[in-house]
Amino acid sequence: MPPPGQEQDMKTPTAQPTQRKNGLGIVPRLYYSARRGWKWFAIFLTVTGPGVIVMVADNDAGGITTYAATGAKYGYGLLWFLIILGPVAYVIQEMTVRLGAVTKRGHAEAIFDAFGPFWGWFSLTDLLLTDWLTLITEFIGMTAALSIFHIPPLLTVIVVSIIMILMVLQGRYWTWEKIALFFCLFNLVYIPGAILVHPSVSDIIHTGVIPNFPGGFNNNMFFFLMANIGTTIAPWMIFFQQSSVVDKSLKERDIPWGRLDTAVGAVATVLVAVFIIITTGSVLKGSAVQDAASAAVALMGINKWVGTLLAIGLFDAGFLGAICISLASSWAFGEVFGWAHSLNNKIKQAPWFYASYVLLLASAGTVVLLPGAPLVLITLFVQVIATTLLPAAMVFLILLLNDKERMGEYRNTVLQNIITVGVVIVIVALSTMYAVTTLFPNLLK
Amino acid sequence: MSDTEEKSHGSRGSFFGRRFARIREINKKYAGHHVTMTPAVKVALFLLRIYLLVLVAILFVKFFTILAGR
Repeated sequence: MPPPGQEQDMKTPTAQPTQRKNGLGIVPRLYYSARRGWKWFAIFLTVTGPGVIVMVADNDAGGITTYAATGAKYGYGLLWFLIILGPVAYVIQEMTVRLGAVTKRGHAEAIFDAFGPFWGWFSLTDLLLTDWLTLITEFIGMTAALSIFHIPPLLTVIVVSIIMILMVLQGRYWTWEKIALFFCLFNLVYIPGAILVHPSVSDIIHTGVIPNFPGGFNNNMFFFLMANIGTTIAPWMIFFQQSSVVDKSLKERDIPWGRLDTAVGAVATVLVAVFIIITTGSVLKGSAVQDAASAAVALMGINKWVGTLLAIGLFDAGFLGAICISLASSWAFGEVFGWAHSLNNKIKQAPWFYASYVLLLASAGTVVLLPGAPLVLITLFVQVIATTLLPAAMVFLILLLNDKERMGEYRNTVLQNIITVGVVIVIVALSTMYAVTTLFPNLLK
Repeated sequence: MSDTEEKSHGSRGSFFGRRFARIREINKKYAGHHVTMTPAVKVALFLLRIYLLVLVAILFVKFFTILAGR
């Protein structure tokens, strides 16, 4: 204990800075706050990427079609459901951030390592099949969107494939990520699109925010709810974000930033979905929308700019979905087969990784160009196959996040388990019913 | 055939031979569970198997329904 005479001296140095700080004028204080804010923002910009990209890419071509059709069918009536799906998607994707940052392994490799080859091969082959079929739907969306501007599908497939190949071949994860984030910005075109149709804010609040089932809960409503769940939570997202976190070399200390990145992405994905529903719900309510491209054409008849924005957004959605989905597969194969599989590798260093990426893109693009290809059947089949992988991927995710040896202090807490297990049970039950009703449409009638 | 012989045979063999050898290597590398097999994990994996079997059965029913329809 210091002598009484020295007590005051010891307190003085700590007291001085406080006095000095409090003595600052408003302008310097604002300056320091702004500088601190800018510093945090700069760190966020450095760490942001996987979460925002995966969430925005989740609004892929199939997603845009689903939202456009939902708005056209039920107006603003199901907006509340999309708002609920945002936190649900966040809860699942946040786990991939922790798992990737702690284990430094992608999801495919983590499944192989933890549960053995049977579950490993099951997940990998199912992922490949789901991704390939989904990739075809992304090409369908992109070609349909650009056909509105009289660009032939062949030219779209070739040019888009070349851009996507060049994006990964430049040899830096950082550059790929920033280009992808740039394309994510285009996804926001739906916001001015919705503003241009002058929606009634009062109607949106009264009919969209309060949970309700317009027209009652029937077979059609169930189909739409499930289609929205299916487009918001997809198996490839789990594989993509975990591999992306690993490729970006995020560490345990980056987990809070990864969470923020994912949360921002979740908000963006819900915003985009909500604004698409507002657009089609305002001007196309009551009309049957088969796909987003036909919605864009219909909107062009009402407001040229809105239709154009929807078409641009559809193309961008398909593009983002395609780059993420093809990478998710290539990363997964690279992890399991032991190939070099980082976007930081040059072609010579990781030939199989890049070859699998190109092969996946080229084959999916070719199928779209084949005359008479069963594209509608493929779109339906995607939902069914994804249903088999989604429960498995989510169950593995929760089991891995509860492995004390693997996760240590980062394993799920009791509250996280209650939330995630609840979410998984609901999604598994609903998606199974969706798969069954897709296969047997008259079952619930 | 020993593992080393098998590997060298695979590396000299055809394209598919080499791929199968690689798959065997992967199976060996990841053989067994490396997760703590608590009762909860066992139950979850069991339920997942049942779920997938039911789903495959449904797909088969659909397949044969389509065939019968033709």
